[in-house]
Amino acid sequence: MIESLKIWKQQGGQTIPDVTAVTLPEIFRGRPSIKAEECANGCTACVDVCPVAAITLSSAGTVSLDLGPCVFCGECADACPTDKITFTNDYKTAAPTREALVMHEGEVGPVVFNADAVRSEISEYFGGSLKLRQVSAAGCNSCELELNACGNVNFDMGRFGIEFVASPRHADGIVISGPISLNMSIANDICFDAVPDPRIVILTGACAITGGVFEKSPELQRAFVQRHHVDLYVPGCPPHPLTFINGVLQLIRKRMS
Amino acid sequence: MLMFSNLDVVALDTIPVVSYGTFMLSVLDYMKAHDERHCVSYFGVRAPNGDLHCYSVLADDATSQLAVLSYHLAASGTMLLPSLSAHYRAFHIYERVLWENHGVQFSDHPWLKPVRYPHDAAHGATIDEYPFFRIDGGEVHEVGVGPIHAGVIEPGHFRFQCTGEDVVHLEIKLGYQHRGVERLMVEPVSMLRRTVLAESIAGDTTIGHTWAFVNAMQSLSRLTVSDAVEIERAIALELERIAIHIGDLSALNLDVAYQLGSSVLGALRTPMINFFQWWCGNRFGKGLLRVGNDRFLLTPALQDRLRKTLDDMERLYSRVSTKMFLLPSVLARFERTGIVTAEQAHVIGAVGMAARSSGVRRDVRRSHPHGVYRAEDVQTHVLHTGDVMARAYLRKLEIDSSLAYIRNLLDRIRTASLDNGIYERHSPRALEPSSLVVSMVEGWRGEIVHTSITDEHGTLIHHGVKDPSMHNWFALALSLRGNEISDFPICNKSYDLSYCGHDL
Repeated sequence: MIESLKIWKQQGGQTIPDVTAVTLPEIFRGRPSIKAEECANGCTACVDVCPVAAITLSSAGTVSLDLGPCVFCGECADACPTDKITFTNDYKTAAPTREALVMHEGEVGPVVFNADAVRSEISEYFGGSLKLRQVSAAGCNSCELELNACGNVNFDMGRFGIEFVASPRHADGIVISGPISLNMSIANDICFDAVPDPRIVILTGACAITGGVFEKSPELQRAFVQRHHVDLYVPGCPPHPLTFINGVLQLIRKRMS
Repeated sequence: MLMFSNLDVVALDTIPVVSYGTFMLSVLDYMKAHDERHCVSYFGVRAPNGDLHCYSVLADDATSQLAVLSYHLAASGTMLLPSLSAHYRAFHIYERVLWENHGVQFSDHPWLKPVRYPHDAAHGATIDEYPFFRIDGGEVHEVGVGPIHAGVIEPGHFRFQCTGEDVVHLEIKLGYQHRGVERLMVEPVSMLRRTVLAESIAGDTTIGHTWAFVNAMQSLSRLTVSDAVEIERAIALELERIAIHIGDLSALNLDVAYQLGSSVLGALRTPMINFFQWWCGNRFGKGLLRVGNDRFLLTPALQDRLRKTLDDMERLYSRVSTKMFLLPSVLARFERTGIVTAEQAHVIGAVGMAARSSGVRRDVRRSHPHGVYRAEDVQTHVLHTGDVMARAYLRKLEIDSSLAYIRNLLDRIRTASLDNGIYERHSPRALEPSSLVVSMVEGWRGEIVHTSITDEHGTLIHHGVKDPSMHNWFALALSLRGNEISDFPICNKSYDLSYCGHDL
């Protein structure tokens, strides 16, 4: 008993007090920033190196980077001869619209979280409590580990009333990780159908958003993503727990109209 | 048979090609010699003319040697063969994949069932058509769980055949995570894309699988890395081992309702994976390892940070892990639960910690060492009771050994040159043509094996991946026999096997 109390005391408080105001190490690769400056003549180094074809060079010569498929390897920043692309330690990269994930040249500041794009019933019903059913659909398990970490004593997502539950019948929505394999597609459909309305869909990680590095695999069946409205995209490989928690908090926050 | 070692480049034309009958007799003879021998890979590669070239790689742990033998099956000829599994059960998984991917029929295979259900499977079955083993009788009932489970975990279907509360048999159906890793590996893509793919084989074994991949590619491109890089990679692998073992001890405590142990150990995993974030910007070590070099130096400042992180962790960890293994409420659940005997472990070809907790010494770091492990100073533990207790306590012993080993490596990296040389971003060199490389790494679960084959132009035509889970899922199934179904969670957590590593 005394030993247990000693362990308890030595452990101390572990919880991050404010999950919206943490500063991650500089080396963490979060939201990329693309400077508005001309590329070296004819240079396509970033486009060539990107392992998931996330970078586009427009005919006008401007660079944009899509966080949807991005695995945040940062190789484009290393390859760029003029340091035009850099990765910041900003982890607030989740957004309710797919377009907001595309980073354009010259844009400064955070990923735009367009509150108008969020369905009004979400904050109305889920502002104080959101129960989610997670569906792991052929990813590599790193997204799942980070989603589990969201609920540990460090991140303690439960304090906001956001929790993962055992049954879709108890859930307000589903969180999909992985590129959705053919073999998992039916189970995923059944799970979503079992969630009562109103219900939300969250895609977490590059694989879920676009298929990621598995995008062209014949083993995928991604019709679900086309068929249903997606309420939140959480980019990353895997998304940091802070990215997920901040995204969901922004999604369900009550808004003053 | 041709003898070689882990990471050797073997010219394809030196590998003996024999008839299937000779192949079978040679393999059985080799395996019979002693218990240290096991099959680490056995796969088929489709030749341009449609023939199937099959290679079997056998390992002798006592001599650190690998042996390879092959046979060809003509596209037009018979695909019906007697099976090796009838004699050595551990071959079952390889023969099932040969059947599923290439249509090879094995006449006397004891368990010829689908493995991953790829969309173009030769058997033509879909994942809903799995032929479950069934026991009939008035007292028997079935419990089916999954593919989606109660927690945030990967999908798989578990079918329990029970009498009352006791499990007579557990069958595990996988394949839900199949996403075509091996197929995507041989597409004409950049080395970086392949490396990112290797990082996504199993996220909890990012370092293990990526190291196996980059080692294979380095051998094929005749690249060597500096001593410092070898040390850094070993530090990363041992850190991954510590992080997962701590997380699994936390999960085991949660399942036996020891809340303090669960929450303290859960929190202690965080600084381990956060160290990866300080080192390479990602909590799982994604982005760290690359073919020919690593992207992020373990600078003196990071070395100091790592020492301090380990010291801080160990102070609380040694206390809570000692307490955990003294608590009657924990021991009562762990001891004599989920026993897998040494004989069973041998028969199914268990590897890694699943084998070592059942008295079978399997550790690539000692038996087929590469890089810094050649110094043979990493300690391997073997326990003999084969129960949940053994698997939990083995994790504690391995955490302690890995802590000591990392500190040892940190001493050595001081004297090694920190100049890692230039990291070549683009696929650095052409791969050696018409060659085979077998790359083995002891991940935290056990033996990871990547096998690469190139054609006469140096194009990668096969990259096979074997996660230790491919063998060890059967250990979980056996561990449940005669146990209460309510002990499934702790048996499962004690192994913590990979679905995505198995399903690829």
